[in-house]
Amino acid sequence: MTSTISQASDEASSEVSSDHGHEEHGDFRMFGLATFLVADAMTFAGFFAAYLTFKAVNPLPEGAIFELELPLPILNTVLLLVSSATFHKAGQAIRQGDNGRCRRWLLISAGLGIAFLASQMVEYFTLPFGLADNLYASTFYAATGFHGLHVTLGALMILIVWWQARPEGGRITAEDHFPLEAAELYWHFVDGIWVVLFVILYLL
Amino acid sequence: MTVATPPEIQSAVPRLQPSGWIRYFSFSVDHKVIGLQYLVCGFAFYLVGGALAGAIRTELASPVSDFMARDVYNQVLTLHGTVMIFLWIVPVVNGAFGNYLIPFYVGARDMAFPRLNAVAFWLIPPAGLMLISSYFLTGAAQSGWTAYPPLSITTPAAGQVIWILSVLLLGGSSIFGGINFIATILKLRRPGLKLMQLPMYCWAMLGTSILVVLSTPVLAGTLVLLSFDIVAHTGFFNPGLGGNVVVYQHLFWFYSHPAVYIMVLPAFGLVSEILPVHARKPLFGYVTMVYSIMAIVGLGLIVWAHHMFTSGTPPWMRLFFTIATAFIAVPTGIKFFNWLATIWGGRINLNSAMLFSCGFIVNFVLGGITGVALAQVPFDIHVHDTYFVVAHFHYIVFGGSVFVVFASVYHWYPKFTGRMLHEGLGRLHCALTFIGFNLCFGPQHWLGLNGMPRRVAEYDPQFTLINQISSVGALLMAVSTLPFLWNVVQSAISGPLAGDNPWNALTPEWLTTSPPPVENWVGEAPLVEEPYGYGVPIDQLDLAATSGRDLWSSGK
Repeated sequence: MTSTISQASDEASSEVSSDHGHEEHGDFRMFGLATFLVADAMTFAGFFAAYLTFKAVNPLPEGAIFELELPLPILNTVLLLVSSATFHKAGQAIRQGDNGRCRRWLLISAGLGIAFLASQMVEYFTLPFGLADNLYASTFYAATGFHGLHVTLGALMILIVWWQARPEGGRITAEDHFPLEAAELYWHFVDGIWVVLFVILYLL
Repeated sequence: MTVATPPEIQSAVPRLQPSGWIRYFSFSVDHKVIGLQYLVCGFAFYLVGGALAGAIRTELASPVSDFMARDVYNQVLTLHGTVMIFLWIVPVVNGAFGNYLIPFYVGARDMAFPRLNAVAFWLIPPAGLMLISSYFLTGAAQSGWTAYPPLSITTPAAGQVIWILSVLLLGGSSIFGGINFIATILKLRRPGLKLMQLPMYCWAMLGTSILVVLSTPVLAGTLVLLSFDIVAHTGFFNPGLGGNVVVYQHLFWFYSHPAVYIMVLPAFGLVSEILPVHARKPLFGYVTMVYSIMAIVGLGLIVWAHHMFTSGTPPWMRLFFTIATAFIAVPTGIKFFNWLATIWGGRINLNSAMLFSCGFIVNFVLGGITGVALAQVPFDIHVHDTYFVVAHFHYIVFGGSVFVVFASVYHWYPKFTGRMLHEGLGRLHCALTFIGFNLCFGPQHWLGLNGMPRRVAEYDPQFTLINQISSVGALLMAVSTLPFLWNVVQSAISGPLAGDNPWNALTPEWLTTSPPPVENWVGEAPLVEEPYGYGVPIDQLDLAATSGRDLWSSGK
């Protein structure tokens, strides 16, 4: 079996089955994911830059409504921060080889993420402005909506990892748990973005 | 053609991937196959973009709009710009040569993420076909490759939305590619290979990929907002709804100025590989080259508003971006003089690759000078949106990047195919391209200085003669493609065999067979500590010592 073929069959695989031409190399999937998240963060940076510029130079016309309530977003912030902590507990559990405990923490994390989405929905439906009502409203929905999309994907990832961590026939073990680590990094990233978003959209 | 893999190994290869010509149409994960896929696919789109350019120059051969309707003209120029930038230059200087060469240069068997690599390539053909088909289905976008609102909001929506979708797909492809290059260069280097020993193209690709990762997502987000303005009638960039068009311009140029470097930095890298080989001298000023590239990356992210001096930019912003742009000319100039010093006093082999490289140096310095001029506010306000700008950026992207693409094809064709190109046809191609290019775009400086606006199908009759000269140049450029096409097809079938290393080059891709085996080297990858160790007589050049050929012959 030659190197390229084995790399092709699974670039992540660290198994070495050939007699020549296959140098073992470190696992740089997390590095790739982190690079991707830098790119992802730049998308948000573009939205935030647009929002701040609009705020600075484009005053709303007379009668336009853009008012945000704080209680619900504060609850959302708490939900996401706690979910980051619970995901961290799940990671600790899997490193100790405790799939059962890991899966419980994962379920709690996913539940918190879904609660965030539900709470965000409630906020959307109670806000006194719609997507196309005015400039600030549009930017608010674009930024929070794009973030909500990330939370949705993240929650799905957690559920997939939960399935992969099942004790019988699952692929996630104490030794090999890349999907969990990747989902964890992503989830922390999404939470971090939320904190920045919260400050810029709700507090400033 | 040399068969790379010894028979006993070949039989042991499980056929997980197609082999033979069919692999070029498959979801292959071999970086060499993907590189050639990028190259050929990009060249096909180049022919489309060239045909569109031909239509533009035909229309402009007379001052009235007689060859096509004005709205068709708008569609044609939009498609021309988009196809040439997003489907030809960016994929080819990054994807094609990057994929083919970078794993060799870092001493790896493949890219860091081979499947992501294949995904990145296969986003391109559908996006390109979608973009071009919009012309026939709904009418293509009419707002130019910049898609400035409010024009992009008020022109027919369907074409513009398809344009946005294609550019988003191509941007995604570009980001995936960028991530892959960064991981490959930083993480997949062969043990013992230090960063400062890498061939210069690696540094160019590292810098380019950093720009891709940092700036392309901003364009993606911006285009999503633009599509909301079109589809959901939001008012981000619609002044009628309280929006701000200048914010679009800022976000757009935050990507699209770095995009110029995404198109030209890899070309800098490629030409830095070609010149030392054919001048038989080490690359001059390696370390300053590296720092220049990184300086261009850093400064390239903070010069974007020099595209917007007529957009009501405040004085402090004009001042800042003028100065930043003047600064970026410094590292660029360092590279220019390094190339001159590289060929200075060398034993220059004036073959097609070298001729195209020299053409690049000449054209690029002209485009660079007009670029610095354009960054000066008083001058820019005079020539903004005139043919002077058209001439300037064609000197950069065609006279710069495309000349290097052709130089690279002449240089690496023996590696790709194991056969040599016909030298006479190559020189004919180079002469026709150089004359045609300068005839086409040189006079456009004059047109712009005298006030001919860009992107219009009709113009003042006093400009007729110069426009006709320009169109003749365009025709010459079109003709110049014919010897090239004949050459690459004919030579692939019956060109003389090249041998493994026809240029006696020292960079790692030449230290294996031509074309290379699937895993790039049989045996260990060579450790090339001095990729530019030329300057000794050829008979003293110890290729065998660096090439790992002893491993190869002993069958290990």
